[in-house]
Amino acid sequence: MSSRTEILRRVRSALADVPRTEQPGDVAVPRAYRDSHVRGEEAAVFAERVAYYRARVVTCAPAGAPAAVARLLGERGARRVVLPGGFPADFLPPGEWSWLRDQPPLGVEELDAADAVLTTAALGVAATGTLVLDAGPGQGRRVLTLLPDHHICVLRAEQIVGDVPEALRLLDPYRPLTFVSGPSATSDIELNRVEGVHGPRRLDVVLVGEVGEIAEKGASR
Amino acid sequence: MTGSGTNVVWLGSPSFPEAARPLLKDEQLRGNLRRATTTIRERRLAVTGELDDWEELRTAGEALKRRTLRHLDRYLEQLEESVTRAGGQVHWAADAAEANRIVADLVHATGEREVVKIKSMATQETGLNEALAEAGISAYETDLAELIVQLADDRPSHILVPAIHRNRAEIREIFRTAMARYGRPAPEDLSDEPKALAEAARLHLREKFLRAKVAVSGANFAVAETGTVAVVESEGNGRMCLTLPETLITVMGIEKLVPSFADLEVFLQLLPRSSTGERMNPYTSMWTGVTPGDGPRAFHLVLLDNGRTATLADRHGRQALHCIRCSACLNVCPVYERTGGHAYGSVYPGPIGAVLTPQLVGVENAASLPFASTLCGACYDACPVKINIPEVLTHLRAEVVEAARARRRLPTAEAVVMKAAGSVLASPARLAAAQKAASLGGRLLGHSVRRLPGPLSGWTDSRDLPVPPAESFRAWWKRTDGGRQDENDKKDQKEGT
Ligand code: SF4
Repeated sequence: MSSRTEILRRVRSALADVPRTEQPGDVAVPRAYRDSHVRGEEAAVFAERVAYYRARVVTCAPAGAPAAVARLLGERGARRVVLPGGFPADFLPPGEWSWLRDQPPLGVEELDAADAVLTTAALGVAATGTLVLDAGPGQGRRVLTLLPDHHICVLRAEQIVGDVPEALRLLDPYRPLTFVSGPSATSDIELNRVEGVHGPRRLDVVLVGEVGEIAEKGASR
Repeated sequence: MTGSGTNVVWLGSPSFPEAARPLLKDEQLRGNLRRATTTIRERRLAVTGELDDWEELRTAGEALKRRTLRHLDRYLEQLEESVTRAGGQVHWAADAAEANRIVADLVHATGEREVVKIKSMATQETGLNEALAEAGISAYETDLAELIVQLADDRPSHILVPAIHRNRAEIREIFRTAMARYGRPAPEDLSDEPKALAEAARLHLREKFLRAKVAVSGANFAVAETGTVAVVESEGNGRMCLTLPETLITVMGIEKLVPSFADLEVFLQLLPRSSTGERMNPYTSMWTGVTPGDGPRAFHLVLLDNGRTATLADRHGRQALHCIRCSACLNVCPVYERTGGHAYGSVYPGPIGAVLTPQLVGVENAASLPFASTLCGACYDACPVKINIPEVLTHLRAEVVEAARARRRLPTAEAVVMKAAGSVLASPARLAAAQKAASLGGRLLGHSVRRLPGPLSGWTDSRDLPVPPAESFRAWWKRTDGGRQDENDKKDQKEGT
């Protein structure tokens, strides 16, 4: 007997107490929880919670995005910047950058040696301060946002949803999804949170839109 | 380790009380644990307290797991179909040895001799690293805490922070002495600052990630409807393993399923807040089969039974399979806080280990574990999927006693009392009375009960026949403030605060 057959047989015999007529839907799942813990001010809450993870959030009007990106790139003297296909031209920073486009696909050594990566995101989640990447235009393959040590993500305020349930409804499970909440971190040494282990050690978010008075959040390191 | 290769219970482990005894005196260990669990408890309370519907989320999580388990056969078949449709390949492993063999064969088929690994309880349970070593394959752990454990040739002591028993000075020593054996050595001037230690791990593992062709992972969730698999992590080592190699092999317990993609909305709120006490962990990756041009070209999902169906067969005990491995129950447990994880002699320590391990391996092989608790109920309150751990513990205690009775053909008063205790649990006073009765019953039956420190000595017998201690664990715990003021143990007394 194959293990498949054997395991399924064991499962069925273990569930002998479940009536044969019972359907999965007969097991009630009360969904009295909230759709969202954030009502209104999504962009402001998002900015605050992203900053809480010691990522940096810069907000600006659409016209100010290129300058904001240029400043963030320039701070550490970045030159070689990975740019996924489909990144909006409106947000491209002025100046002399050496863009590493993923066509043909970049090798891991090239990505490892890049100074930064500049992307968009599929959406943002206010309640948890999360960016979700789905490999869409302006985001590219998953590895592009993994090997460079500095990730700058440009997000439009209207892409921010309140909470996790709303986010999942908008996402396509058949695309590779990466939820990013702050820079990579570990708490494995005496439960002290240390930012930066294997993923990018710096995460900057440029939030584009009318989002009130927040100008910049988060400590620069 | 071939054959029955399993780490659910480490071979040669003493029973819980024997193992706990020296650990209770290890002040370094207790200090590390106390600091760590206090911090994480506070963080968890802050982020669960800010959700006014936390109870509703727990209720939904529990119900979703119940639905999944009651129809597990159907969901497993659906998962297999979804994963296959998305370009993945599904394998079924009835036990640890089979899972290890499947993984080793898959690695051999790629022609590779090494794999990078993401922290995974399932592969710890099967003893995969040792099995791969025997098959000539090197497995490199990439989670920082797992790396520490692997470099030190140690065992994990916590399901989320496996090296929680090590402080920074010890970690620095481990890195300095052992990293060179596995690859890039630690920097000469390595300090014990957590930042410097994390940097050393980053450099050490980078070269391994960049050349890795095969990765092995566990899974936090798999969606039957779509075939989507989710891994929740912090460091980015998971993303490295899931993205860079050409072949990805995921080993997952059959209970990790959720019915639909939307159901993740419950668990992605429950898990990070309960485990690391964050609103969201730094990285969660989800993938469905393979995606051309992005990530691995081959994806294998190994579905592991290894005692889970036996657990499922127990109507009272099957709720232990709801567990999402958040570790909140460990962090609130007064017994775990004093003894640490190693005393449990299993990859699953703490309250969840006390209910899961005996069921996975059979109560006769872990007879002392159901007694490793004060039944205070803190674990039940903390559990995001509402596993009633005290109820399962009481149920398993009765089974242990029953099993021993069957072997020795002795009637025991305790068996009767333990069965009755299920209904008594709601009232601490009645529970205390019941335990007293059990211990009295034991003495009336004429078993010798050694009275040395508290119930610990009484337990040393428990692998064989659990003689009811003269003083119940609960009473002893209360009298001695959790072992700190035991009059037979002056050292503990001095250390007590
Ligand atoms: S039993 Fe509950 S609290 Fe303990 S690890 Fe599992 S899910 Fe978390």
